[in-house]
Amino acid sequence: MHPFEYVRAKSVDEAVAALAKHGERARPLAGGTDVLVMARAGRWELDALVDIKHIPETNIVELGASEFRLGAAVPCYRIYEDDEISAKFPCLVDTASIIGGIQIQSRAGLGGNLCNASPSADGIGPLIVHHATCVIAGPNGTREVAVEDFCTGPGRSVIGNGELLVEMKMPIPRKGFGAAYERFTPRNEMDIAIAGVASSVQLNGNIIESARIALASVGPTPILSSAGDQLAGKEATAENFSAAAQAAIADTSPISDMRGTVEQRKHLVGVLTRRTLERAVERARENN
Amino acid sequence: MVEKVRVRATLNGEPVDFLVAPYTSLLDTLRDELGLTGTKEGCNDGNCGACTVNMDGRIVDSCCVLGAEIDGSTVETIEGMAEPGKLHLLQQTFLEEAALQCGICTPGFLVSAKALLEKEPHPSETRIRFWLSGNLCRCTGYDKIVKAVQKAAESA
Repeated sequence: MHPFEYVRAKSVDEAVAALAKHGERARPLAGGTDVLVMARAGRWELDALVDIKHIPETNIVELGASEFRLGAAVPCYRIYEDDEISAKFPCLVDTASIIGGIQIQSRAGLGGNLCNASPSADGIGPLIVHHATCVIAGPNGTREVAVEDFCTGPGRSVIGNGELLVEMKMPIPRKGFGAAYERFTPRNEMDIAIAGVASSVQLNGNIIESARIALASVGPTPILSSAGDQLAGKEATAENFSAAAQAAIADTSPISDMRGTVEQRKHLVGVLTRRTLERAVERARENN
Repeated sequence: MVEKVRVRATLNGEPVDFLVAPYTSLLDTLRDELGLTGTKEGCNDGNCGACTVNMDGRIVDSCCVLGAEIDGSTVETIEGMAEPGKLHLLQQTFLEEAALQCGICTPGFLVSAKALLEKEPHPSETRIRFWLSGNLCRCTGYDKIVKAVQKAAESA
């Protein structure tokens, strides 16, 4: 591994200064389960890793009156071991409990999953269907980016030199909101999605006021599908979910690789879209 | 030249104070700097769990942690599991159930299983298998390992 410095930042400003000093030869270190593997594999040659786990803002877990704030360094277990968050955000539990095994979940979090910007990331679709916003700090201050606009390509994101993802924030679900995430993997655990779908619905009776459907592992980035918009104003019926599944498939541009073929991935998106919509509706009805 | 950093931590109940190159993994720190070779390297990329240690009450893959990161932390490795002259219950049941063959994955399984039983003394078989999904064994087929954990849970 190329020798790098370890900088334990105690504040956002300190982290930004350390990141800015080294430009593209520095990376933030949260769970380390991607960045250390990449550095060791020689994918990046780094002069500094900036540990962001000792900064108050990146560790925030706050269920406010209208907003849920989730710090970028918060590991997965802090989501599913928190009863209040689990009750309000079961879709985040869906994903936090399947990212790696227990060892990975002790360290890795949704912030790192987002910054790693893998097309197959399990954590990004659920953030998209929860309308999450990313708070990014940098040398020129703070900016906000909608999570669906965060990833720009495989392993690439809007994060520039000297910038740091500080937290994600998303609205507290209203009554009648439900969301779910499911992926398909050959193994039950510790595997990378061949395809994944997150869905959310805002129900009013049996009418879908609005919906979001996000797709993983079927394009160069996680995809916010147009299929959700098409459900707006329609009834929550199996027929409408099947139509949404077809629309979701039309938004994919998967590749064939060692994990799966184009045909398999498209088929899976259809199945998982229907399943997650059904589960989201169930949860929406429970949340009434 | 990147300078070494000073690390002060609690390791298997004892205070430690050492210097380590900041790009050294916790796994290499334990094995090469501190002489604790019970923790094994398998994949070295966070898949196999052979290098599992307990850091501040949670199991982690020590290949995906830097040695420098444990400054101020409490770390327990396989070397801290048995009391002098007395195996930990899980070590005993692993022997009784022949839950190992080559043994490379065993320290990781033991550290993981110990954390599970401390958190949930009577887990279901499904829960045990789920908890141990981050530990790979290429010899046993897992059944004997799961039985050894169940036996420890029953006899505790």
